[in-house]
Amino acid sequence: MNLAPLVDGSLVALILAVAIWTIAVRDSFAAVVGYAIYGLMLALAWVRLAAIDAALTEAAIGGGLTGVLLIRAAVRLRPTESVVAEETPARFVKALAAVLAGTVSVALAVVVLSLPVPAPTLAPQVAEHIASTGLGNAVTAVLLAFRATDTLLEAVVLVFALIAVWSLAPDGFWGGRPGPRYHLEAHGMLAYLARLLPPLGIIVAIYVFWVGADLPGGKFQAGTLLAAMWLLTIMAGLTNTPPVSRRWLRVALVTGSAVFLAIGFAGVPLAGAFLAYPEGYAKPLILVIEAASMLSIAVTLALLVLGPPERGDQA
Amino acid sequence: MSALPTLLPEATTAGGYLLVLMLVLPLAGVFAALTLGGRNARRVAMLTIPAGLALAVVIGVELVQSDRTLVYLLGGWAPPLGIALRADGLSAVMLLTTTVVLLGVALFAREEFNTPENVPESRAPFMFWTLLLAVWGALNAVFLAGDLFTLYVALELLTFAGVPLVSLEGRPETLQAALRYLLFALFGSVLYMLGAVLLYGAYGTLDIALLAERVRPEAVSFVAAALMTTGLLAKTALFPFHLWLPPAHAGAPAAASAVLSALVVKGSWFLVVRLWFDVMPGVVTLPAAQLLGALGTAAIVVGSVVALRQERLKLLVAYSTMAQIGYLFLMFPLAFDSAGSELVHGAALTGGFLQVISHATAKAGMFMAAGLIYAALGHDRIADLAGVARAMPVTVLAIALAGLALMGVVPSGAYLAKKLMLDAADGSGQWWWIIVLQGGAVFTAGYVVLVLASVLRSRSEPMPLVKRVSRLSEIVALVLSTSSLLLALAALGPVVPGELIANPLAPKELGMLLAVVLGGALLALGLSRRSLFGARTDSEANGGSLRRSAVAVGKAFELADRLIRRWQFASISLLVMVALVGGLLVSSVST
Amino acid sequence: MNAPTLFGLCGAALVGLGLYGLIVNPQPLRKILSFNLIGSGVFLLFGVVARRGAALGMGGDPVPQALVITGIVVAFSATALAVALLLRLQEASGSATLSSPESADRPEA
Repeated sequence: MNLAPLVDGSLVALILAVAIWTIAVRDSFAAVVGYAIYGLMLALAWVRLAAIDAALTEAAIGGGLTGVLLIRAAVRLRPTESVVAEETPARFVKALAAVLAGTVSVALAVVVLSLPVPAPTLAPQVAEHIASTGLGNAVTAVLLAFRATDTLLEAVVLVFALIAVWSLAPDGFWGGRPGPRYHLEAHGMLAYLARLLPPLGIIVAIYVFWVGADLPGGKFQAGTLLAAMWLLTIMAGLTNTPPVSRRWLRVALVTGSAVFLAIGFAGVPLAGAFLAYPEGYAKPLILVIEAASMLSIAVTLALLVLGPPERGDQA
Repeated sequence: MSALPTLLPEATTAGGYLLVLMLVLPLAGVFAALTLGGRNARRVAMLTIPAGLALAVVIGVELVQSDRTLVYLLGGWAPPLGIALRADGLSAVMLLTTTVVLLGVALFAREEFNTPENVPESRAPFMFWTLLLAVWGALNAVFLAGDLFTLYVALELLTFAGVPLVSLEGRPETLQAALRYLLFALFGSVLYMLGAVLLYGAYGTLDIALLAERVRPEAVSFVAAALMTTGLLAKTALFPFHLWLPPAHAGAPAAASAVLSALVVKGSWFLVVRLWFDVMPGVVTLPAAQLLGALGTAAIVVGSVVALRQERLKLLVAYSTMAQIGYLFLMFPLAFDSAGSELVHGAALTGGFLQVISHATAKAGMFMAAGLIYAALGHDRIADLAGVARAMPVTVLAIALAGLALMGVVPSGAYLAKKLMLDAADGSGQWWWIIVLQGGAVFTAGYVVLVLASVLRSRSEPMPLVKRVSRLSEIVALVLSTSSLLLALAALGPVVPGELIANPLAPKELGMLLAVVLGGALLALGLSRRSLFGARTDSEANGGSLRRSAVAVGKAFELADRLIRRWQFASISLLVMVALVGGLLVSSVST
Repeated sequence: MNAPTLFGLCGAALVGLGLYGLIVNPQPLRKILSFNLIGSGVFLLFGVVARRGAALGMGGDPVPQALVITGIVVAFSATALAVALLLRLQEASGSATLSSPESADRPEA
């Protein structure tokens, strides 16, 4: 008996159930926890869709980091959430919204069911050209060779988002440290984990990065792991967050994109176009870009979770 | 301007590398500003923006000389596998306008966002210059990218750069305005992304030129068009999706408001144009375009009336932006071919772009002047601006010229745009747009007259000025306003035949101008909160029955605007719009 | 009904759920959650498109898969910015709400 449809069906039912619960539950904190669970189950859906890279990214960023971000927010917002909940709209507004949202869903479902068969796909073209990149992982090839500009712009998005977050700092604390000062409980469980896990995490991250050239993995997933390890040590109180005025921090943020741009421009004399790779050197250059980007991504993601500066330099 | 031919199968054209430079220059600037920090941010901006202006001019020249869309295949990979940068006349014009306005803003804000002597780095100035470069980088990506997903990333860049400009001063109201802007903009982004996903699912590519060949009028493209258009309209703040715009643009510092109104909002509009004119010209239908035009008309009327009801100058200018955005959508129903079946790059499109450039420059000048008044007086209450004209003549001249430019006085860009669109309306027999085009000027004149009347009133004692404003800032505001007023002259020859511009002093033109101004004055007299003629008391309760009923109409508009700007209303309207556009597109097939 | 179609319908449903939540829930934090729900639904749809494009030994069309990864990162950045803005708003004004248009369009002079 083929179990696959049963597995898929149960997964979809679970995903939808958690999603409905996230929307409907009264308490914001519960909704956020629900979302973190939803993110992890969605990663399973990605596995079922044979998109392992996306599954890894969804689990790490969509479920993990977003979950951390939102849980910290939900805790700080606890005092005011119930007040704002009073502003629930009238019943007929809810009904209208439900009807309209339902219509969009139905229209989407109709379109999904009527998508062309055979589906148009770029897989043959990728297969044709992937040899010149020296990579085995088609997704990495798309991200760093065929559509490298999207990846470059996406690194820029991360930097812009961080700039925007930092701009929210109160004037008095500009240049200071983001996030609260966590107190170290030297013999507590958190401190124990924060001493144990990061070395393991770093090794796993390097592995994920290295293997991403030929198997699912790559700099985003690796960078997220590194960010998580750093956040762990910060939240356990083992290290303090760096002040945003530090030059080394700013350089770390920018290095990934700078290396990307530099190699991109080097491609003009060496390979004829911006972001083109010379014959035979594609894989090493891509790995260099990925390594630099991984570090920048790690720093940027962690800082995005920590938020704008809220303490002075010396705190 | 007619659509320039592209080579297919594509190759990088001769001047293509310029596009890469244009894309990368501001981004490199952001990185440099971030790393070098402190007052270097301003230095980096002051160096790169003029360089960008030169680059934009070179791109324009290259385009005219080669008479072909400039193309650059990134990484050497051709679409659909790779991404192409493309610059046609529309891109070139927007690149140029952006750098010109940004240069003006940079000069205007030079003193205001100066890092104080004793600190290595100060938040607001450092952020302002960095964000200015960031907005520029995002806009360049929007104007040059030839792939719908790259454009999605560019739109997000634009949002992340524009939102912090709103909350730059850190006051609670601006934080709330910024949050509403961000959330609504994100709403728009997901709708856009959803449409793009559907298009890829059906046609296997997200490249604009390839999609143009492959797209057919069928269910999937109708749904995608409806979703993407509506998402972009949310980001452009077209009525009734303007909930975030007035508090955001009014709460930002003046230089930031200038950038937000003149440039940021035009990015998503540019994508609507790309989507309708280049990706789906045969899929979108006249009824759907009429809907866009109708919403534009509503924006002009509601925006202008609510602008008249404002007590603060910056809010008036913000509502003026909302009204002027309506003008940008009037060109859609007028740009169809003679059979009414397909959008073409014709006179109406040229008119639309003239309108955009004209508004960008005039609105930048207007916000700058309003900011100068606020800085000098310590407030911007319209009722208490008497004597400003005597105290700050250059600033008042800047506002006056900007107002005239927006009203469409010869030889402003708006005038020429209106002429071109009137011709298109005539040619296609859509007489109702003639009424809207002509009538719109009266509504604009309304709040221009209100502002001028309040600043031109004389004052018994001399004006108490809180601060001396920079002469350079005043001059920059004046130059931008003047350039909008003279835009038609610049567009002559290369773009438009000369006989379209009438002699401004001819009796017919003067008569029309007089009629418009009189109409505007009547509107202002009827609808504004305070009397135009200096009475300090609130004249709403007094005055004849005509005045009282006019005031009632004004209050009704304000109330309606307040209702429409509630989150539930606006977001529900957004979904209704998706359904309407989708429905209008689908219905054309069954005939 | 095969797996891609099932997940496609799931994605469509998630988009609808998220849209409802975005419109109806008054708390900005819940709106951010709903936005993430819609985003993940859209990416799931993209993943379905990718799966349908499986060919030549690859489990799916790699281009949409790569775009989804980019999209997830962009969505996270947006969430981080929105959360930071929301927390700052609560800190500065004592309440975390989007409404009261009266105060929203009359900033203090």
